[in-house]
Amino acid sequence: MANEVCLRTLDLERPWLLEQYQSRGGYAMLKKILTEKMAPEAIIEEVKKSGLRGRGGAGFPTGLKWSFISRNAPGQKYVVCNSDEGEPGTFKDRDILRYNPHQLIEGMIIAGYAIGATRGYNYIRGEFWEPYERFEQALEDARNAGFLGENLLGSGFDFELHAHLGAGAYICGEETALLESIEGKKGQPRYKPPFPAHFGLYGRPTIINNTESLASIPMIMEKGGEWFADIGVKNSGGSKLFSISGNINNPGVFEIPMGTPFSELLAMAGGMKEGHKIKAVIPGGSSAPVIPGEQMMELNMDYDSIAGAGSMLGSGAVIVLDESNCMVKILERMSYFYHEESCGQCTPCREGTGWLYRVVHRIETGQGRQEDLDLLDDVASKISGKTICALGDAAAMPVQGMLRHYRDEFQYHIDHKRCMTGVG
Amino acid sequence: MTDSTVTIEVDGRELQAKAGAMLIEVTDAAGIRIPRFCYHKKLSISANCRMCLVEVEKVPKPLPACATPVNEGMKVYTRSPRALAAQKGTMEFLLINHPLDCPICDQGGECELQDVAIGYGQDVSRYSEGKRVVADKNIGPLIATDMTRCIHCTRCVRFGDEIAGIREMGSTGRGEHTVIGTYIEKSIDSELSGNIIDLCPVGALTSKPFRFNARAWELTQVEAVAPHDSLGSNVNLHLRNNKVMRVHPRDNESINESWISDRDRFSYEGLYSSDRLTVPMIKKNGEWKEVSWEMALEMAAASFSEIKEPDQLGALLSPTATLEELYLAQKLMRGLGCDNIDSRLRQGDFRTDANQTHANWLGMKISEVDTLTSALVVGCNLRKEQPILGHRLRKAALAGASVHTISPLQLELNYKSQQSLCTPADMVGRLAAVAKAAGVKASGSVASFLNAAAVDEFAQNTAESLKRSDSSVVMLGALAQSHPDYSLLYALASGLADVSGARLSIVPSAANTVGAQLAGAVPHLHAGGQSADRKGLDALSMLKLPRKGYLLLGVEPGMDFWNGALSQSALQSADTVVALSAYRSPELEACTDILLPIALYTETSGTYVNAEGNWQQCRGAVKPLGEARPAWKVLRVLGNLMNQQGFEYTDPQQINDELRALCGDISLDNKITEPASFEPTLSVDGLQRVGDTPLYATDPLVRRAKALQLTKDAGEAAIRLHPQEAIRQGLESAQHALIKQNGYQANLPLALDESIPEGCVWISTGLRDTSMLGQPFGEVTVEKA
Amino acid sequence: MTTTIEKDKTELFTAEIRAEIDRWIAKYPTEWKQSAVMGALMVVQDNNDGWLSTQLMDQVAAYLDMPSIAVYEVATFYSMYELKPVGKHKICVCTNVSCMTNKSDVIVEHIEKKLGIGFGQVTEDGRFSLKEVECLGACGGAPMMQIGKQYYENLTPEIVDAILEGLE
Ligand SMILES: Cc1cc2nc3c(=O)[nH]c(=O)nc-3n(C[C@H](O)[C@H](O)[C@H](O)COP(=O)(O)O)c2cc1C
Ligand code: SF4
Ligand code: FES
Repeated sequence: MANEVCLRTLDLERPWLLEQYQSRGGYAMLKKILTEKMAPEAIIEEVKKSGLRGRGGAGFPTGLKWSFISRNAPGQKYVVCNSDEGEPGTFKDRDILRYNPHQLIEGMIIAGYAIGATRGYNYIRGEFWEPYERFEQALEDARNAGFLGENLLGSGFDFELHAHLGAGAYICGEETALLESIEGKKGQPRYKPPFPAHFGLYGRPTIINNTESLASIPMIMEKGGEWFADIGVKNSGGSKLFSISGNINNPGVFEIPMGTPFSELLAMAGGMKEGHKIKAVIPGGSSAPVIPGEQMMELNMDYDSIAGAGSMLGSGAVIVLDESNCMVKILERMSYFYHEESCGQCTPCREGTGWLYRVVHRIETGQGRQEDLDLLDDVASKISGKTICALGDAAAMPVQGMLRHYRDEFQYHIDHKRCMTGVG
Repeated sequence: MTDSTVTIEVDGRELQAKAGAMLIEVTDAAGIRIPRFCYHKKLSISANCRMCLVEVEKVPKPLPACATPVNEGMKVYTRSPRALAAQKGTMEFLLINHPLDCPICDQGGECELQDVAIGYGQDVSRYSEGKRVVADKNIGPLIATDMTRCIHCTRCVRFGDEIAGIREMGSTGRGEHTVIGTYIEKSIDSELSGNIIDLCPVGALTSKPFRFNARAWELTQVEAVAPHDSLGSNVNLHLRNNKVMRVHPRDNESINESWISDRDRFSYEGLYSSDRLTVPMIKKNGEWKEVSWEMALEMAAASFSEIKEPDQLGALLSPTATLEELYLAQKLMRGLGCDNIDSRLRQGDFRTDANQTHANWLGMKISEVDTLTSALVVGCNLRKEQPILGHRLRKAALAGASVHTISPLQLELNYKSQQSLCTPADMVGRLAAVAKAAGVKASGSVASFLNAAAVDEFAQNTAESLKRSDSSVVMLGALAQSHPDYSLLYALASGLADVSGARLSIVPSAANTVGAQLAGAVPHLHAGGQSADRKGLDALSMLKLPRKGYLLLGVEPGMDFWNGALSQSALQSADTVVALSAYRSPELEACTDILLPIALYTETSGTYVNAEGNWQQCRGAVKPLGEARPAWKVLRVLGNLMNQQGFEYTDPQQINDELRALCGDISLDNKITEPASFEPTLSVDGLQRVGDTPLYATDPLVRRAKALQLTKDAGEAAIRLHPQEAIRQGLESAQHALIKQNGYQANLPLALDESIPEGCVWISTGLRDTSMLGQPFGEVTVEKA
Repeated sequence: MTTTIEKDKTELFTAEIRAEIDRWIAKYPTEWKQSAVMGALMVVQDNNDGWLSTQLMDQVAAYLDMPSIAVYEVATFYSMYELKPVGKHKICVCTNVSCMTNKSDVIVEHIEKKLGIGFGQVTEDGRFSLKEVECLGACGGAPMMQIGKQYYENLTPEIVDAILEGLE
């Protein structure tokens, strides 16, 4: 049951081409919806049924999100796709853009139809130049084929779609920072409420979804919400792309049913490198709290299972670490990342992420003090829940996770001014 | 959002609030103090400082009070352990990178951060790393920066964006490296810039002129009214040892809201200019001598008495003088039988005086400007004439009002507008076109202008917009009022306002422009604002038909007059010129015989009647400098010495009461009776001068405010030409040029400027280096120097 | 005649650059020209040896009718804009967790030694500059780097040598 949704065309040669996509039934669903003038409510209902939860990290039910927009409110509405893919460890949306851009385009058009939006933007991170160019080509081909523009296939429905290119800022993955960025500003998150569904791009009602979420839509519509839901498990409908990397033999993107045991995913990814032992797994992108290897080997890849272990499935970015890794060093690198990427507008994140990093750095370099572990815990708790956006939480969670499971390694660093594993 | 009321509970207290209001507004109104740094009632909400976090029942996370709308039944705890923990957490984060330099910080004692920090009493810093240091950029002569102290509340940035309407400050960089500032070395040029000093909760932005001069706790505060523009912005003077150390805004929602213009804030520096006149002086055989008050006053009275025909006298009075001073000056003159009294010194066409029965004014409440939906602004750079009014008109524009301008200078407006840029002579035609499009009917020369006018798109749009709007205005500003054909503009504007249902606004230029009319300091209105039966000479006629004796009050020849050169020659040819002045200057010394030192606005009690007719009184805050005396006292003694009746005042309040009684319930009104036939006087030939008065050149006090004189708005004595015009004149590569006007001339630097129409040359008035030139409009020639 | 002074924009940039910026402008609603600022800055940077001067930022501001400071804010916020000259080939090496645990430090050290520069520096001949970057979304190919617009994955010192030699 692999590669049934977003990667279903991966076996084709040059699957990104329009005719290849169409050879697998691509755009047929859109045609059907438009010619039959399917009721938008019915589409939203189907998406709700599918159990699709946002693939960008927060896991919010997609159908429910769409239903927040009052379809008939006058004026412009927008569909925005989040292809910023910045969460360390995540590299799945890049593959959708590279190998299956038309499915994303089709999904966005359907989304637009469902909420009454006639314009869309796909926000692609600035470093993804090659995927951007491929997506632009796909847009042009779709436009020439009459899938974009005015009066699509004679249905009276207009939809125009453009790609916006980022320029290097993790925070632009946060949905309101992303909207600010499209508006030509610094990517600083907005305080919510109001939510994008009411006040989004250019102040207009907007839905914003992850690339994978939107690219899943055509298949959900084609085969039905139930079909999709049944691929996965309770509370975690469908299949999902997992980006798995780290100390493994065959890292990459795998589309597997939700609920697949982690051990199976690891096996697909070729197992541990050089026969090393698994030490720990960061199961959902770098902000997800770390889970010790043995515990992880017992878990399934779905929202509830991972949450039950005190972490989160997030964007499905799985970083596998073997026992050669020093956890202090891993946390130091992650803390450095959040410190680097804080947008700087709200106090706890701007000041706190730097503080966290400096304390971890101090411990890592053998300058740690006895009180530092409590200090780390305290600073993390003073950031989390107090910031404008979730980056603050994302910075705090790995710290809390590491201290929960690997406090002894940190203590060792402080006591011996060196690393337990002999690596760092 | 509904207007319904909800009931919430804060710290156990039940409060009523408008649904949807932000929690902090509600608690502020109830006197419950929640700490905050980024929130400001006049700015948009950014919720970035996280200082106002409070606990809300049933919400797992603390919420920012500034960004949390209230709803029915909400229970809030502002001082619960969870709320306090969140607030303390924020405080600690704010302090880790904040320098501990309170003892040398200018904000010390009035620092919001310091105040809150003391309340939370975190004693030992747990942050042992090096603190952030931010390099400072020079942002101009008014504001000192110490950005290491900045706590990133972004109030200053939002102020620029939302209130000043120019984005000059920004926050560049990201994360911990975010820096608030201008990014490049650049001066802040907004006419309202000083307000960011007040907005900054810490000592990052402080007043440059005030820097290191005093500590907040050494200052005492006295209320005053700003003496420059016609708003009469409410201010507080901060004093130490009988000296004004700085000026701050005092909230008055219906006038200046929470703001003041830079002119009102920084002009106090002129109070202590080194050329303050501190002793009476007389000129004998061309030599200036200090004399006693007694002697000076007696000489003044005697020399006026020598002039036997009262009509040979003239009084030229500053419209920034107090109401009491203006009233006494005219009372003295009229008592002597002289009606030659005027305070409209920058006006050059007085033909409508005959048609005016009432005092001119703004034509509406100041706060009504905010709610205009359409405006035609003629010869008026409101933003740089009356900065707070400019801000209010901008508010209206942002709310959707359409603003149309007719102007001989391209205006740098901070909102969308339709500008009709034209030569001064064309202004009349342009306005006539709008009037014609609106359907104005008239007779006489106005009619011939209407007939000749070509209705273009601008005229059509403007007329339609004025008529469609239920709250519109036709405004005549400073450039219109100094136009040689002001009476034509007035008549057309009046007709246009009538047919379109718009208000007519004659924007008063100075602090007491309205007051001067009520006080009778104009030749056509008596004290009390009634039409005078016997009309004297106006300000220009008094100079064109030189008098034998002049009384000057608070003015400087050359700079404060419509025709600078004429003012100087007329005064010089007189037998006697007595000047009540706070300053001595070369111009005064050359033109006058007796200099009587008077107090400035901070040193005397008095009243200012603002643009909307609001009488605002203030008390003297400090003693006059040296032997200077309040002008009302000087005029009282002169009255007595010259045997005038009714000069026995002991308190300016008596003067005020007397004038109040005279005014009765007289209304301000810009209506004019059907005008006679006015012929245009401004020739359309040759190169035309456009002479504005720069923002910081309007009166003697501001001209001496050092820091303001270093800003861009100080204006420069230069010849500014459109690049095309410069080529036509063969001056495209010249650095200097010679300007000639009616036999006067000056050698001035040359600048190219695209904001002037071709065929014109822009040379400001009010500046020492242009004071030898003539009137602000009219034909001039420029040639290679 | 009513004069509205429309600033003449033909003096800004070359016609080609203007056309490219205009393509960005066309993507957004007409009243949101500012949305094109990121695209415009990238176009201008690509045409200026990979970096942005204050003057160029001011020109972008003028072209898009934005206050200059708003352009500085954007240019200083996003890490891909360079405000100082960079090498002809800007080598961006990811050192985030997945790359780090796959020995990105070896790659960095190798490049540093080979080119004699550290992070944030440019080789004397101006050919190369080196930059540490955060996760570029290619962790499956760790360790990885980006040079110009191109990704290079599964790096070893030998592969790096071959890549650098292949560049002009
Ligand atoms: C700091 C931060 C970074 C984020 N980065 C991304 C990202 O790169 N891609 C993404 O799709 N969502 C990202 N998100 C989540 C988005 O805010 C948003 O929830 C998501 O795009 C919604 O789409 P979905 O419901 O389809 O998941 C990020 C959130 C935060 C707080
Ligand atoms: S939490 Fe960090 S990234 Fe999010 S708004 Fe605050 S400062 Fe910006
Ligand atoms: S005052 Fe509420 S967050 Fe700053």
